[in-house]
Formats: sequence, structure tokens, C-alpha cells
Amino acid sequence: MLNQYETVFIATPVLSEAQMKEAVDKFKSVITDNGGEIVHEENWGLKKLAYPIQKKSTGFYYLIEFKAQGDLIEKLEVQYRRDERVLRFLTFRMDKHSVEYAEKKRKAKVESKQKEE
Amino acid sequence: MSQNQSEIRYLTPPTVDVKKKKYCRFKKNRIKYIDYKDPEFLKKFLNEQGRILPRRLTGTSLKYQRKVATAVKRARHLALLPFVTDLLK
Repeated sequence: MLNQYETVFIATPVLSEAQMKEAVDKFKSVITDNGGEIVHEENWGLKKLAYPIQKKSTGFYYLIEFKAQGDLIEKLEVQYRRDERVLRFLTFRMDKHSVEYAEKKRKAKVESKQKEE
Repeated sequence: MSQNQSEIRYLTPPTVDVKKKKYCRFKKNRIKYIDYKDPEFLKKFLNEQGRILPRRLTGTSLKYQRKVATAVKRARHLALLPFVTDLLK
């Protein structure tokens, strides 16, 4: 059975746009290469941190939602830990309520976009 | 003794204010999932130093208090909320 997971990581603000994209692609490929399936991704951009991490006060946030087997998580987190560009990460399994909430939120976003057009 | 007690008279009658019943906002509004990505919402459950308020003050039911706590902790981990501060609000 596949679980649905959500992962967020904070990358260092010193990266350029291209470097950030490269980092994102790296983690996405870690997921897809290990039999995961990406459901949704979101770039929150550069955000101010509530407290300094590694003496940095801002960071790039990136969120990925994916479906995968449980053993993928360990591989992904090892990659996060090895990567110096990542300041912080959070991965957790989504329960049925959070899956529902995320889908609803996405739908609302799509609808509001359609209205604008 | 008992006579003395009965002679206490208040200048202004002691006000017995009707307490407003607290309720769990999640139960009332049928919110099933508490999003950690929304720090502005989570701030309603924190005091000015950034500590989680107890259930007896917010009126949240136990089930949702636990979910609030995990959401706040996730937000803190991702630096969306501070662990400690002054004057959060």
C-alpha cells in the first residue's frame, strides 16, 4: 500500500535561481527513482525565518507531496542530511483529513485562477 | 458567629456575571485538519511568548488540542513560528 507523504525543505538563501532548481530536481528525482509518485509541488519562494538557522535569517521553501512506500523516506532524508544546501526539512505521512484538505485547497486555487482569466 | 456572618452587607451587590460557555472551534466549524503552514491562524493558540495556550483557556477539545500542538510544533521546526519570543502579537 502506498502512503501519501508531504515534505518541505528549506534551502540556503545564497543559492541562485538555477542552483535552487537543480536542488529541487535532485530531490524530485530521488523520489521518482525510488518508486515514488509526485502528486503536487509548491514553491513558496524566499521567506523570512522566525529564528536564525545556521546564522541565516531567510530561506527558500519548497514543498512536495508524493505517494510512496515507507522505505523511501529514509533514503530521502539521508539525501537531505548529506546536502549542505538544505537548512531544514520536514517529512510526514498525511492522514485522510490532511489529504482531503490539500486537495480542497488545490481545487480552490485552480478555481480562483480560472475566474481571473 | 452565625449571626455575625448574616450581618455582612455589601455596598454594591456582588456581581454574578454569567460565564460565556467556551466551545471547541474545530468541532463547531467542522475543521478536520489543522494546517501548520498558516502561522497567523496558529497564533490564536499561542501566548505572547509563543507558548501553546492550555485547553482551559482556549476551550479546544482534547482531540483537537493534540492536533493544534503537532501543527504548532511542525511550524516551529520549519521556522514559521518562533520557539520563544517577546511580543508575538
